[in-house]
Amino acid sequence: MLDFDLMMEVLPKLWQGVGMTGRLSLLILLLAFVLALPLAFARNAKHRILSVPANAYILFFRGTPALIQVFLVYYGAGQFPWIRSSMAWTILRDPFWCLIIALGMNGAAYSAELFAGAMRNVSRGVIEAARALGLSWYATVRTVIFPIALRSALPAYSNEIILTIKATSLASTITIMDLTGMARLEVARTYAPYEVFLTAAAIYVAITALLTQALKQLERRVITH
Amino acid sequence: MTGFRKLLTLAVTGLSLSLGMLAGSADAQEKLKLATEGTYPPWNYRDPSGKLVGWDVEIGFALCERMKVECEFVAQEWDGIIPGLNAKKFDLIVASMGITAKRKEQVAFSNAYKDTISKFVAKKGAVKDTSVDGLAGKRIGVQRGSIQHDFLTKTYTKSDIAVYDKTTDVELDLLSDRVDVMLQNKLTSFSGFFKKAESSGYEFVGPDLKGGLLGEGSGIAMRKEDTQLRDRVNKALAEIIADGTHEKISAKYFPFKLLEN
Repeated sequence: MLDFDLMMEVLPKLWQGVGMTGRLSLLILLLAFVLALPLAFARNAKHRILSVPANAYILFFRGTPALIQVFLVYYGAGQFPWIRSSMAWTILRDPFWCLIIALGMNGAAYSAELFAGAMRNVSRGVIEAARALGLSWYATVRTVIFPIALRSALPAYSNEIILTIKATSLASTITIMDLTGMARLEVARTYAPYEVFLTAAAIYVAITALLTQALKQLERRVITH
Repeated sequence: MTGFRKLLTLAVTGLSLSLGMLAGSADAQEKLKLATEGTYPPWNYRDPSGKLVGWDVEIGFALCERMKVECEFVAQEWDGIIPGLNAKKFDLIVASMGITAKRKEQVAFSNAYKDTISKFVAKKGAVKDTSVDGLAGKRIGVQRGSIQHDFLTKTYTKSDIAVYDKTTDVELDLLSDRVDVMLQNKLTSFSGFFKKAESSGYEFVGPDLKGGLLGEGSGIAMRKEDTQLRDRVNKALAEIIADGTHEKISAKYFPFKLLEN
């Protein structure tokens, strides 16, 4: 039933796409994290001028499919001549950066929601104690709220990392040859979707299993302290 | 029990006998049934009155005239068109069917009555040389899994091949300059891309590409055992090509040749 020889044959070819999947995941997570921190603060802010835009951003990116967001950035940007003649086009012309921008902004919305919740859960007493010790607001955030909040958000954030890796599979819809892109290429060549996609699935499982283990180790080390 | 079985056998025998006679009588009167899909304009479709019309239908009738047989077109859905032929519901499929090795396992084909032509499209003046070296380092857009995709991967190894889910996605990226050139079926480009206002600054470049990996063209399909019919169709086809009938019919639909001899 299952053609193992074929699976062994396509394995090295699919492996060529793993590097791309890794690069995409890393840059998306980085962009999402950088955007998520200020967003989380804005979300928790008392001033509506900060919280309303942040809430709208989070609602938009959590309320629409990631595929639509990728198409909006990729094909949407290409539609307008003024964008095509601007500096931004050097980045937006490249499908690689389009995917990082779209999924990075998407991931930022989820992570911001997560961080904002974790920061709200830092107990008032701890914050008041820090202030009473004479710490400035900035020092309180940096040395008290952040470490506590990020630590408690870590298990949920680990999940976010895994979801991001899987979301990079959308890359193949805009011509990027990631793991899924290589798999779809091999399917077109061999007409054996079952064996090829199963091999790709096995590689994804291996990556996420390894990563889950590593993140568990990290959680154990961070949380016991 | 045995009585029932006997009755059943009798009924089945009778049915197949009468079906066989029907098929036989059709042969005797020299009336051929031609099947087409009827939903694939301009090749074959229905006019507002419901009549089957289009390029395939005109070619089909021209062939019948040459073969001196009476013909009738019937519409058949694509999925059932080869099974229908082999079940003798009709005798020929004239439906712009591409000749492929897989279909050849089930049916016989006439000689090609239409080429499958692929052609590069680029911004006017941007690309002159479409040879393998001419397009080295260029980004070529193509639909994933198409014959053109297969052809490019195996031949244009010095170019950057960008694969898309749909031909319209390739066209969007050609318009936004993300790809330098696209390769797809010439008629698809002609009746899709070039019918849109946005395509005014673009043109076909390079020669018509066909044969080999790019397909053997379309043929008229018939049952494998109908070898005599196949010879007659091929003879009639050669005649309508030679006397210009084929080209005259094609010119009504497209401003270029659909078949090179």
